[in-house]
Order: sequence, then structure tokens, then C-alpha cells
Amino acid sequence: MRVETLLLASLLALAMATGAMQSAQSAEEKLVITGSSTIAPLAAEIAKRFEQKNPGARIDVQSGGSSRGINDARSGLANIGMVSRALKAEEADLKAFAIARDGVGIILHRDNDVATLSDQQIIDIYTGKTTDWAQVGGKAGPITVVTKAEGRSTLELFLHHFKLKASDIKAQVVIGDNQQGIKTVAGNPGAIGYVSIGTAEFEAGSGTPIKLLGMQAVAASVENVRNGSFPLARPLNLVTSKEPQGLARAFIDFARSAEAHDLVKEQYFVPLDP
Amino acid sequence: MRNLAPTTNRSSFPIPRDRLVQVSVWSAAAIVAGTFAWVLADLLVQGASRIDWSFLVTAPLKAGRAGGIAPILVATVLILMVAVVTAVPIALATAALLSEFVRAGSRTERSIGLSLDVLAGLPSIVFGLFGNAFFCVWLGMGFSILSGGLTLACMTLPILIRSAETGLRMVPDEWRYGAAALGLSRATLLWQVLIPAAAPALTAGLMLGIGRAMAETAALIFTSGYVDRMPSSLLDSGRAISVHIYDLTMNVAGGDQNAYASALVLIALLISINSAALWLAGKTLKRRITTS
Amino acid sequence: MSPSTRDRQLLRLLTVSAGLATGLLALIVLFLVRESWPVISRVGVVRFFLDQSWHPTEQSYGLTPMFVGSLATTGGAIVIAAPLGVASAVFCRFYAPEPMARIYRWAIILLAGLPSVVLGLWGLTAVVPLITQLHPPGTSLLAGSIVLALMILPTVALTTEGALASLPPSYWNGAAALGLSREAAILFVVLPAARGSIAAGVALAAGRALGETMAVLMVSGNVVRLPSSVFDPVRTLTANIALEMAYATGDHRASLFASGLLTAALVAVLAAMATRLGGGRTHA
Repeated sequence: MRVETLLLASLLALAMATGAMQSAQSAEEKLVITGSSTIAPLAAEIAKRFEQKNPGARIDVQSGGSSRGINDARSGLANIGMVSRALKAEEADLKAFAIARDGVGIILHRDNDVATLSDQQIIDIYTGKTTDWAQVGGKAGPITVVTKAEGRSTLELFLHHFKLKASDIKAQVVIGDNQQGIKTVAGNPGAIGYVSIGTAEFEAGSGTPIKLLGMQAVAASVENVRNGSFPLARPLNLVTSKEPQGLARAFIDFARSAEAHDLVKEQYFVPLDP
Repeated sequence: MRNLAPTTNRSSFPIPRDRLVQVSVWSAAAIVAGTFAWVLADLLVQGASRIDWSFLVTAPLKAGRAGGIAPILVATVLILMVAVVTAVPIALATAALLSEFVRAGSRTERSIGLSLDVLAGLPSIVFGLFGNAFFCVWLGMGFSILSGGLTLACMTLPILIRSAETGLRMVPDEWRYGAAALGLSRATLLWQVLIPAAAPALTAGLMLGIGRAMAETAALIFTSGYVDRMPSSLLDSGRAISVHIYDLTMNVAGGDQNAYASALVLIALLISINSAALWLAGKTLKRRITTS
Repeated sequence: MSPSTRDRQLLRLLTVSAGLATGLLALIVLFLVRESWPVISRVGVVRFFLDQSWHPTEQSYGLTPMFVGSLATTGGAIVIAAPLGVASAVFCRFYAPEPMARIYRWAIILLAGLPSVVLGLWGLTAVVPLITQLHPPGTSLLAGSIVLALMILPTVALTTEGALASLPPSYWNGAAALGLSREAAILFVVLPAARGSIAAGVALAAGRALGETMAVLMVSGNVVRLPSSVFDPVRTLTANIALEMAYATGDHRASLFASGLLTAALVAVLAAMATRLGGGRTHA
């Protein structure tokens, strides 16, 4: 009957593990943060530093998307949610605390001759009226339009700025995360896409064949996102369902303070001025 | 055996057809090996320089761009252990039921088989969302290694059952008659004869299952989670190595090198698990020979 | 204990396990139905197939292009992986000298263990630029099929090799006695005898391909449109979930779960077909 013994033993082990650990955990103060995969690496780094400064505090950061951050903060599954955009009107029940800003810039392949595009040209490219680089002053060749998947906050920002609807866009490639956009454009000399400015600056600087394009005569740079002159930017928010108390309050204050600024820069986002 | 009929005809022109078969088999093998070498070379070129002892024993820094992967390795192995310990007994038992107790082609066999095939084809992200709702929230395990391991167990179950079933069915019926003639119970037959005889097939299935489990990203982000601290219990959240690789390549600018290095470590881990499994299978096989 | 009581106990234990395994599917399907119910009950099933486009935030829920996308990438992957996989197994079994066969088998097993994100990354940085030179945009049905083929090839190869290994030597000896060459024996005796298991392996691989998410998402372009050539981008049902779930709320989220339900249905139909075609699993 060794099969039976094995089954029993494994079940027992699991049960014991579950029991033993539940008792061990309640001793320390614990905070759960879930949400946007864009913010998660930053929040995890801030959490590590916060834990060092506050022994006994434990902060678990979980990724999974902005909508998860909203849902979990509402349902109480998480103490704090991470949302990589401004809150919408129907989310007014939540309290939002920005910890950083992130600019969104247009990128092209480095070998593309086109140096600037007007807002109207960008709209024409993204709605499929312009399909060849020759029409906007570049070398002849088909344009590969790279856009973000429906619901993503960078897409919403982009649509809002250019006053477009999601269904207006005629794309050849739809992507998910930021780095996928950079890698897609880097591998296709005819591509155009929009990504987070900080990471694009970093990638372009470390040899990835992409370049950032200015918008409305404002250069796409971290500096212009900080001073607010760059038109496409979004806040990175921590959200809570009620006015935060105790450990949650302490963590949010810490994340917004100057002590976390170097971590924000390390993730190529723009710290808020105190 | 209708396929044998035309052979006399064909054997009068054996050379061109046989050459063709030889050439296609060898070139297929070359294509597969070449592609694998291409992927591996890509990983080596980009990641090998990052791997050293400290990469294996230190914690990640700067969101994984610097530092090592020690806590991630530990979490990965723990998740895998939970998955294997839960899935293997259930898989063996189900496979034994299918191959020894249920008539092939019967209604029970077909319905169990169908549900397994559907399970095998469900997108991993569905398992992830299900695991999150069922293990993390409903059973109250939270984001934990336990939830992740159990979710992986669900995912690998179909592969394990299918390969175990095939392995058991391969054992010639003469052995079953022999055991029956000796008056052995079916439990003894199963444990002493069938499972050892099917060990090589079981191992192959286990390797496929473990490979799939280790490669899993979407199912684990929502269950075992994202925390890259060294886990101290099975109820801690722990980041699996594939989740780490995914985060580094898709979310962290400048994380590619460490992602490639982590992928190489993952391959090394697979090689060692594979060797261990082969060694174990060899031992089981030997036990069968000595007992029979 | 008498053998018969032990056997009854064993049978009970095995039945419980099998019940667990099948109950799991019921549980998952139930979960999918529950999550997608809000939108299914309101807009009905038909609109998921007949709506012109997929813009769930603008109340348009057409899943047909993605349904086709899933079938096309999986079909393409099978077309590439099935012959290569079967040939790999034949190579290991009948052609390669033992040390080479062992190394080759290792390579296949390692291939099975590569995270899909790693293969996706390789596809995005190595395969897609090559296809771009041929016919932009590069991220396409073709790229998706190639990467998927690489992922399911081990399943086909390993199951086929298992089937070949289990054939009684009498088949081989009989073929030799008939004076067949090695190639003739493989083509007309060995492979036909193992076709049931090979079909089962391919079906398993097809299910795996349909369910694959990350790698496909990275290389196939994800545009919701019916493809007209292999160079067109496609979005699969699974990529749809992974791309949008992170930011979806309300009906949008529910309609993504409907994508998951449709994937499950698709796999179920394919699996049922495979069982029928393979004529049940052979007792080799």
C-alpha cells in the first residue's frame, strides 16, 4: 500500500506546513501591495529599503496589472494598490498618492531619417491614412505601426492626447509591456511606437537601435517630463480604499519622500518635487 | 497490415526512396539540433558572462538588474517540490485506474481522457487566475509557494497522467497473466511489476511535466507571486525563476543580461533534475530485474 | 488482508484520484463560467462570433478573428513540428549512434523546459527581424507558428519515441524476414503500428499550442484581424487574455474570461476529434 502511504504523507506534510506557518506569520506587521506591473519593480525596491529602516515590518509586493490594484485595494485583498495612471471618475472612492511621473514618447528605429512628426502626421500614421515613410519625408518603405493593447494606460494616455478612439487605430503590431515595444521597434527599421521615455532614453544610450522623437517642439526627455512641459505624461499612483493608517501611511509617506528619489530614478521614472 | 502489401513492388527500386528517407531524417534532426544550438548560443553569448558563484548565492539588487538570484532559486525549487509531491501520486493512481481497471474505449475512459486533454490545453493564464481565486483567496493560502505549487500540480497533471498511462499500457499483458497465475493481488502487481516496468516512460513524462512547470510564468504571477525575498516557509510568497526572467525582459530596462543568465541557470537546473530522474529510473528498473 | 479486499481498497483509492483529476476540470470550467457570466448573460453567445470587431470598451465583442488566429498558429505549428518531431524520434531510435542519440534526447528535453518567455524573446530578437526583411512587419502568423513549433516539438518527439520503443521486437524481425530495408520497415511497419500513440502525442501537442500564451504574444503581432497570408499579424485567444487582463475591469474583464471559455471549448472539440481519429489509444 505504498501508493496510499505516499498520498497520505504528502497531504499530511502540506497540512502541517500550512498550520505551522500561519502561526509564525502573525507576529510581524505585514503590508500587501498589488497592481501595475510597471510600478511593481519600483515598489519592490522601495519596500526593501523601507523594511531595512523599519525592522519587523514586512511588505509583499505583487504584480498583476492596474485593474488588479484597483480591485484588490477595494476588496481589501491588498492594503495598497498600484495604478499606473490617473484615477478615472468611477474610481473616485479610492485615495490616490502619486509616487512618480512617467512620460510617454514616440520612438522610431535609429536608422529612420525622419526627425520630427507633427501631431497631425502621428494621427494620420496611427489611423492608417499615412502608410509609407515617403509621405512624411523619410525613405520610402512601409510603416509598421506599433500600439499598446486595449485598456493599457499608455494607450489611454495616447488616445486622450490625440483625441482618438481605440477603434480608430490601424496597427500592424499590438504589444503588451513596455520593453516589448522597445524590442519590437529595435528589430524593425520601419516601425513606430510609443513607450516610457525614461526607459527609452536608457536603452538608446546603451546601444539599442531606437530614437526618441520630440512632440510639439518639446524634446522627449526625462527633464521635460519633470518640469511638466512634455505633453504626454502620467502619474504612477499608490491607491487605498480609505485614508491610510499606520504602516500603510508610513510606507506611502516614505515612497513619496526624498529618501526614495534615487530608487525612482533607478527605474527611469521621474521623481515628484517635494 | 495492409501497408505491407506493396513492398515487394517497391523493393525493386529501393535506392531512391530509401535515400530520400535517410536524407529527410538526418536533415530534420539537423534542423532541430541547429535551432536548439542557435537558441542556446544566443543565451550563452548574452548571459554567460554574468554567471559566477555570487550570482547563485546573492539576492537580486536594483529590481534584478544587478545582484544574483539566490532567493528565486530557492523559491523555484520549493514550488516545484510542492507540485511534484502533490501531482505524482494522483497522476500515478489515475493512470493506473485508466490502464488497469477501466476498459479502453469505455465511457469512463473516454470521459476521463477527454477532460485530461482539455485540461492540458487550457491557457496557463487561466490556471493562474483559477489558482488565485481557488487556492489564494477561497482556501486562504494567499500569495504563497504553496498556492503556486498546487496550481502547477493542476497544470502538469494531464501530462503526467497521459505519460504514466502510456507507460503502463506498454507493459506486455503476459506479465499481468503471469502475476495473476501466481495469485498476486492487483495492488502488488501494480507496485511490484507494472510501475517499475513503466519507469522509463514515467520518467520521461515527469521530465516533460517538470519542464513545463519550471517554464511557467502566467500561472505563477497570480499565485506564488512576485516577492523576491528569501522564503522562510511554504506560506511565503516567492518569485519563481521564469517570473523573474519575464519581469526582467518585459518590465525592467537593462534587465536582459541577467534574464539570459537566469535562463542559463534554469537550463542547468533542468539538466541536474533530469540526471537525477534518469538515475532513479535506472534504480527502479534494476529492482524489477532482481525481484523478478 | 486477502488479495481481493486489498484490490477493492486500491480501486477505491484510484477512483478517488481520478475523480480529483476530472473534478478539477469541472471546477475550472465552473470558475470560467462564473467570471464570464455577467457579459454572456447580457449580450448572449452569438455576438461573440458575429460582432465585427473586438473593442470591449466600446461594446463590441467579436472573437472570431482570434478564434481563427488560434487555429491558424496552432495549425502552422503542427505542420512544422509534427514531421520534425516524428523524424527526430526515428532518428534517435534507428539512425543516431547511441552517444549522439543521448545528446540529442537531452537537447529535446531541455527545449521542453525553456520558459516560453525565453523562446519568445529569441523569436522576437532573432526570427522576427529575419521575417521583417522578407515581408514587414515581421511579427506574424509565421513567426508565431515557428516559435510554437519549437515549443511543442519535444512533446511530439518524446511521445513518438516512447511509442517506438514499446513496439515488440517481433515487428522489426518480421520486417527483416520479409527482406525489407530499414527505411521500408520504418515507413510501412513501424510508423503505421505506432500511429495511434503518435496521433495522441500530436493531439497533446496541439492542446499545448492552443494554450500557449507568452511566446505567441511576443512574436505574432496581436492585431485583431483575419489574416490573409502567413505574413499577416494575428492575435490568439490566449494572447488576448494575457494582453488585456491586467487592465480590464467590469464587462471587459468578463469578456476576457469568455475568451478563456472559448479556448477550452476549442481544445475540447479538438481532443474529442483526436480520440475519434486515433481510434482510441492503441495497446501497442
